[in-house]
Amino acid sequence: MAVVLDSSEINRALKRIAHEIIERNKGTSNLVLMGIPTRGAALSTRLAKVLSDLEGQPVEHGTLDTTMYRDDLRGSAPRTLAKTEIPAGGVHEKEVVLVDDVLFSGRTIRAALDALAEHGRPKSVQLAVLIDRGHRELPIRADFVGKNVPTNRSERVSVKLVEIDGADEVQIEGRP
Amino acid sequence: MTTHLLSIKDLTKENALNILDTAEELARITETPVKKLPTLRGRTIVNLFFEDSTRTRISFEAAAKRLSADVINFSAKGSSLSKGESLKDTALTLQAMGADGVVIRHPASGAAQRLADQKWMTGSVINAGDGTHEHPTQALLDAFTIRQHLKQSQGDLSGLRVAIVGDVLHSRVARSNVHLLEKLGAKVTLVAPPTLLPVAVESWKVAVRYDFDEELNEYDVVMMLRVQRERMDEAFFPSEREYSRRFGLNGERLSKLSKDCLVMHPGPMNRGLEISADSADSSKSVIVDQVRNGVAVRMATLYLLLGGN
Amino acid sequence: MSILLKNVKTASGDLVEIAFESGRFIEPKDASKEAQVIDGKGLTVIPGLVDLHTHLREPGKEDAETVLSGSKAAVSGGYTAISAMPNTNPVADTAGVVEQVYRLGQVHGICDVFPIGAVTVGQLGKSLAEMGAMNSSEAKVRIFSDDGNCVWDSLIMRRALEYVKSFDGLIAQHAEDPRLTHDSQMNEGAVSAELGLKGWPAAAEESIIARDILLSEHVGSRLHICHLTTAGGVELVRWAKARGIQVTAEVTPHHLLLTDEKARSYDPIYKVNPPLRTDRDVQALREGLADGTIDIVATDHAPHPAENKECEWAAAAFGMIGLETSLSITYLAMVKSGLMKLEDLLPKMAKNPAQIGRYEGHGELKPGNWANFALIDTSAIWKVERTGIVSKSKNSPFVGSELPVKVIKTFFRGNEVYSQ
Ligand SMILES: [Zn+2]
Repeated sequence: MAVVLDSSEINRALKRIAHEIIERNKGTSNLVLMGIPTRGAALSTRLAKVLSDLEGQPVEHGTLDTTMYRDDLRGSAPRTLAKTEIPAGGVHEKEVVLVDDVLFSGRTIRAALDALAEHGRPKSVQLAVLIDRGHRELPIRADFVGKNVPTNRSERVSVKLVEIDGADEVQIEGRP
Repeated sequence: MTTHLLSIKDLTKENALNILDTAEELARITETPVKKLPTLRGRTIVNLFFEDSTRTRISFEAAAKRLSADVINFSAKGSSLSKGESLKDTALTLQAMGADGVVIRHPASGAAQRLADQKWMTGSVINAGDGTHEHPTQALLDAFTIRQHLKQSQGDLSGLRVAIVGDVLHSRVARSNVHLLEKLGAKVTLVAPPTLLPVAVESWKVAVRYDFDEELNEYDVVMMLRVQRERMDEAFFPSEREYSRRFGLNGERLSKLSKDCLVMHPGPMNRGLEISADSADSSKSVIVDQVRNGVAVRMATLYLLLGGN
Repeated sequence: MSILLKNVKTASGDLVEIAFESGRFIEPKDASKEAQVIDGKGLTVIPGLVDLHTHLREPGKEDAETVLSGSKAAVSGGYTAISAMPNTNPVADTAGVVEQVYRLGQVHGICDVFPIGAVTVGQLGKSLAEMGAMNSSEAKVRIFSDDGNCVWDSLIMRRALEYVKSFDGLIAQHAEDPRLTHDSQMNEGAVSAELGLKGWPAAAEESIIARDILLSEHVGSRLHICHLTTAGGVELVRWAKARGIQVTAEVTPHHLLLTDEKARSYDPIYKVNPPLRTDRDVQALREGLADGTIDIVATDHAPHPAENKECEWAAAAFGMIGLETSLSITYLAMVKSGLMKLEDLLPKMAKNPAQIGRYEGHGELKPGNWANFALIDTSAIWKVERTGIVSKSKNSPFVGSELPVKVIKTFFRGNEVYSQ
């Protein structure tokens, strides 16, 4: 098992992403972070904290469950739904940043785009991920990446976060 | 989850709570302008109704359509199919049509289980009411409604006292509710004349009362069952008037219910017989919520049964 | 020419020789010197079994069973005499119909088929059928029954009991109060309450048994209770016998083994009239058979085509076939359970029914009787396969079961009519 990021590296990556988001969007005033459950939601909460500390004003953030929009439900046990929480200001005409832990095939993000569209028409939609492991099956790319990790398809990227798993760590499993 | 939903007995407590929680989330999503989810796109769901029930059929149809499933309505009542000998042929037809799920309403107890057990077809079977046996999604939407009003939409129903009043003997709603409420920790009291209770009802985990007024103020929920007028001809009770006086929810009894008691009815109601108009329309009545919640509960059921298939 | 059966055991295990000539048993010492010898090593010889309750469906529903197919099913189960219930189409309520059925049995020559006549015209319970004419016919009908229906009207029942006294007849009652069983689907109790299938109270059966026992005592006639299923019914018959009332009773193999728990499958293969009852009833029936309260085992063999069972429970027909598994099931329920010995059970399936029906020359392995017997293997275990069922209909609840006791050969009037 190879450790890809440790706790301090995860936090550094989030800080860097935060700076890039501020630069790209010229501040945070029209920004909404939407985390994709489960770990994307936790990352989005952390990112919102980093952003508000940097900018000195709170950043709108929520969660977006993509389960019901997935096109790969067949063949696996139905997942229990996670919560979708749209911030009070909604997403319409906002600069929305989707936040997820790992970008892989891109199917989750496609589902997230569909789910998001049901709640309004954002001014723009950007994507922030902690890990990009490649192997895209759709024309989707991330705007903000914590770390690019080349992988084999058979490997598994395991993201652990304090909020959920009790510790921060990113590992690759199944690597010989 | 199981492959089929034929009886509440198919569900563990965790399964049942999972359905309620999923329905809760779906109800939240569908409160927003979202009307349709792509979840079951490309799946075919057949509504196979051997008995008239517009409200149940419409509820399942709306649930399936909101999940983007293709819905085929198959009303078999009145056709040669309702005679029963061709349940097998119907199943073979559905199999040929590639139905992923079949929602069946049938006047014969056990028809849904028969359809599922015989390997005539491979799709999931959802019992939408079979004879006097069960109607599991009705019990689930009842539990959902009770939880919404009395448990902040969370957890089980422990500690609640629920009275189910009326024709328990012929009620599939009562049977499913007895099983589910017991699973979820509620205490059930059946209130009916002895003629409308099954022989051996003492083997059920419920209390039985022949007197509706006894403990009337102690119930958290009063669930009224529909009385079929033709039961009178079979001598189950002497007259509608006597039934209504002894077992109907009238204004006087309504006023004796506890402050937060819910009044429920699976519909369709016989106003003036088992429930008075003022009871049905009172602030305690959640009958309209039951109908509304039916769609979310059925969406959750369809998703959990078919989502992974 | 005489035939000598050697090296066979009786039901109690003694080695014996059995001889017969011209279709009848003779003393082995009287067998001719050049007698043909059959070696029955390892097998048990039993009298040809006698069934007092068989549904053959001819005339009227020959797709389900005919006299021929039912006869073949009978001998494969060790039976050499069966009694055709009259609920055919047309109903066997005239001399013409009973003679037709009787003659078909004789023409086929596989086993004896004794018709049972209807008590009332069309089995409608309204007016008495011409029972005298049926008795005087070639079929010599002695047993009358409206089986499928109960002779419900008390006055009609009283008259029927009285009327058949003149020719030593008896009424075989299907005890079921129709008002208490309208649309009923299964035993009324905890299981029916849960399944939502309309209940069939034990009292519907017992109240008719009680009434008929009292009527029988009053008019001094022979009464036979068909397919007893309840503990209460056993008690009533026990009481009647203690009072010296001329009542006899039967039980089916399936009621000795199966309970209403089987209905939980909603598979109508278990739908039968009268219904499967509770475990307590099953125990009472077994005790009743063991202590002589119940005189006989009768199959109530009720063939139905597949489409009448491949449907939902309420739409399905009542009944199950039984001729081919009767001996095995009864053995399983009574002998395997340790309640009876085989030699005590067999009279309930041969001698007693022959005696009740006055079937001369049947039921016992004794010189002068018809050479009707079966050779069975009491140590064999066999699996009931749908494809192995001889009856035209396959509605056996025991398909797939492994059962004890196999019938190897059956002889009717000295001729081998079945060989495994
Ligand atoms: Zn009968």
